[in-house]
Amino acid sequence: MPDDVLDALRAAADAGGEDIVRLAGDTDAVAGVAPRYVAAPGSTAEAAALLTVAAARNLAVTVSGSGGKQTWGNPPRRLDLLLHTRRLAGVVAHAAGDLVVVVRAGTPLAELQAKLAPAGQQLALDAPLPPGGSATVGGVVATNTSGPRRMRYGTVRDLLIGVTMVRPDGTVARAGGTVVKNVAGYDLGKLLTGAYGTLGLVTECAFRLHPVPAARAFLCRRAVDAAEAGRLAAAVLAAQVVPSALEVDTTPDGGVEVAVLLEGTPRGVRERADTTGRLLGGATVSDEPPPWWCAYPWGTGDVGLRLTAALSGVPRLLAAAAEAGRRHGVPLAVRGSAGTGVLHGGLPGAAAPDAVASVVADLRAATAGLGGHAVVLTAPPPVRERVDLWGPVNGLDLMRRVKAQFDPDGRFAPGRFVGGI
Amino acid sequence: MTTTDIPALVAVLRAALGEDQVISDRQELRTYECDGLAQYRVVPALVALPRTAAECAATVRACVDAGVPFVARGSGTGLSGGALPHADGVLVVTSQMRAIREVAPLDERAVVEPGVINLHVSRAAAPYGYHYAPDPSSQQVCSIGGNVAENSGGAHCLKYGFTTNHVTGLEIVTPDGDLVRLGGRAPDAPGYDLLGAFVGSEGTLGITTEVTVRLTRSPESVRTLLAGFTGTDAAGAATSAIIGAGVVPAAIEMMDALAIEAAEAAVRCGYPPGAGAVLIVELDGPAAEVDAQFADVERLCRDHGATEIRVAADDGERALIWKGRKSAFAAVGRISPDYIVQDGVIPRTALPEVLRRIAEMSAERGVRVANVFHAGDGNLHPLVLFDDAVPGQAERAEEVSGAILDICIAHGGSITGEHGVGVDKVSYLPRMYGDDDLDTMQLLRCAFDPRGLANPGKVFPTPRLCGEAPGRRRGVHPLQEAGLAVVF
Repeated sequence: MPDDVLDALRAAADAGGEDIVRLAGDTDAVAGVAPRYVAAPGSTAEAAALLTVAAARNLAVTVSGSGGKQTWGNPPRRLDLLLHTRRLAGVVAHAAGDLVVVVRAGTPLAELQAKLAPAGQQLALDAPLPPGGSATVGGVVATNTSGPRRMRYGTVRDLLIGVTMVRPDGTVARAGGTVVKNVAGYDLGKLLTGAYGTLGLVTECAFRLHPVPAARAFLCRRAVDAAEAGRLAAAVLAAQVVPSALEVDTTPDGGVEVAVLLEGTPRGVRERADTTGRLLGGATVSDEPPPWWCAYPWGTGDVGLRLTAALSGVPRLLAAAAEAGRRHGVPLAVRGSAGTGVLHGGLPGAAAPDAVASVVADLRAATAGLGGHAVVLTAPPPVRERVDLWGPVNGLDLMRRVKAQFDPDGRFAPGRFVGGI
Repeated sequence: MTTTDIPALVAVLRAALGEDQVISDRQELRTYECDGLAQYRVVPALVALPRTAAECAATVRACVDAGVPFVARGSGTGLSGGALPHADGVLVVTSQMRAIREVAPLDERAVVEPGVINLHVSRAAAPYGYHYAPDPSSQQVCSIGGNVAENSGGAHCLKYGFTTNHVTGLEIVTPDGDLVRLGGRAPDAPGYDLLGAFVGSEGTLGITTEVTVRLTRSPESVRTLLAGFTGTDAAGAATSAIIGAGVVPAAIEMMDALAIEAAEAAVRCGYPPGAGAVLIVELDGPAAEVDAQFADVERLCRDHGATEIRVAADDGERALIWKGRKSAFAAVGRISPDYIVQDGVIPRTALPEVLRRIAEMSAERGVRVANVFHAGDGNLHPLVLFDDAVPGQAERAEEVSGAILDICIAHGGSITGEHGVGVDKVSYLPRMYGDDDLDTMQLLRCAFDPRGLANPGKVFPTPRLCGEAPGRRRGVHPLQEAGLAVVF
């Protein structure tokens, strides 16, 4: 049967090959929603041509990198075209002397780091990988994922200095640039960071880089409870050891561990490790991280949460989480950055949806009182039916207006984001 | 909008804010006719001085009701004319909102009103061992609200970042007159990062009424050196070597011979006599790290031809080293009756080439240029000297100043690193970005300010008519023709 949409999409692609635009198969579904077409543009121009056709044909579009976080957020209300970034890959330019890299969005983060390593440089984003998955640069930007070292280097918003995007109507736009210091025009990179692909397709990113430090040390210390972990963390924060990361890990059985990462010169790290060890009242020191470092406390099909609180509220957040798990009879593991107040929580996918909903409600109440939020990043379908994944959001009206400007027909990952955006 | 509506607006604002909080006297209004960029002057129709967020919101609502544009102003120290008033509009001055509401060292946050002076935040945090990292040269007078609007930097942003990296929460008055909170005390609030989009939007997306800033632990050790070189090439090579060695200094500042001469004349900072360039390098952090790296920096400076190195032995000596640099802009007044402060950015590695181009141009056109810059991040502040009393000099200086920006763009840099586009660089923005780029940025503007009342005429050379279909158009826009839309 002739499919003129498929023909139009293929005509828009440079080579028109079947591997660039094809009909979707069973394995292409996004969070259970099947697309009709799959396209993998190889350049910004090709992506723009495809998205121009998608706009003319009123196709709903979801962008996918390596696909590991496609279950994050709500499933798309509508999906016609799945746009893969796998062919939008590779480093465009690495200006080592300027500590800047321009990279295509579909590049796996690990591959980028490997390319930068010989120059003694890194993109200081240690985003945890989704269970069993990998992560592309574009996916990390779209979901604003961050790891332990955000304490020292910040997150995507602090490192992204320029962006090239294709708007839902097919218009190509740039913002920012390739210099670290730049206040010309609006910073659209920040708007696109954490937007879950609802405002358009990011095709290229420019990042500031950091030198790889000469030495590092991980210090680990068990704590009897959240309160003691909080006291240890506060002692490290108040001292002058300048950790690159200060992490805490709790297990449903009540175990609590605090871990500190120090980076710097060999002599500096040694001396700071001595001081930090004293602050922690004894700790194991290692060149290697503990096994739970930079990993989400959940597996495939489980419930994953992001929990935030003001820094001083982290011990209370940990205590509230432990209490919520106990009260509703589900094992809740929490780990994350006690140095910035951004943590992650995991619940088994098999937990009763009502119990999960109750835990989430308790966590929302606790985090709201601590200046933060509780967001359900991913959950199995029965839980999604019971829980508002995003929770309360400030400025929602403005966000809807932003969405309406960029994507007036609501075709990019409709419904995936906050407030049904 | 006609001027006859202004008396009605005065009455509305006086009722909402109080008699003394609204200025309508022509002479008093003149006080506000310019910001730090004094070559642009416009007397506003009115000045409002809200004391609270609610009063600020009421002011904006009154403007919306009357269809009158409004411009926010903090301390008025901006160098791009971002707070230049609108002749038919209200200037909303936040200088009476000056409370530091909370200093919470355990949360590493402070909550302040927009009129609070930048340095006062650091002073309030100092007893706890913390400070507010962004330190623009005007930090003794500039306001946090203005810093938010401009995304201000400073000498130490090489290591610590800009305002945008140090603001976690805002309360704003939207251009509709609504109070909205963005971000918060904790990082990563769900939803679009409107906080990130707002910081640096130069007052075109609304007015800040409360700011939650990140406080930074004050370093255990700070070490500063001043190194003299024969010229900027050698100083630039030393800078590259330091960065290349993996050192991230708190600051690396460079001044050329003319800038040194000016600083010497103005503040007698005692920089090495006869130096063709000086570098100020500051390292901070844990003592163990700083000591090791400081020795490397000294060695690298010597390896690259430093003729003299002075290490600050104490805070007094450090202050003297910085005094020459921090007073450089004003100091140029000692060697030239008039000057333009330029603000451009290049990739740091292009520094030698760009400085040569500037020197050539300076010689060709007979216009002296003193160079002061944040060498670590390639942010140039060329000071273009002229005498307004000599016919033609001002024009030639403008030409040179503009040509410097073109050089920055040609090297993949930016037309502004920290001063903003404001009104001054509106015509340069399209040299850096294409029509589609600017059109896309203005989608954000349309979402926040569909009426185009917030600081109109700044940043973007051509306002987008909100709600229109994207794409180029020819001639008068149909909505404009039909009288349904007005271009401010």
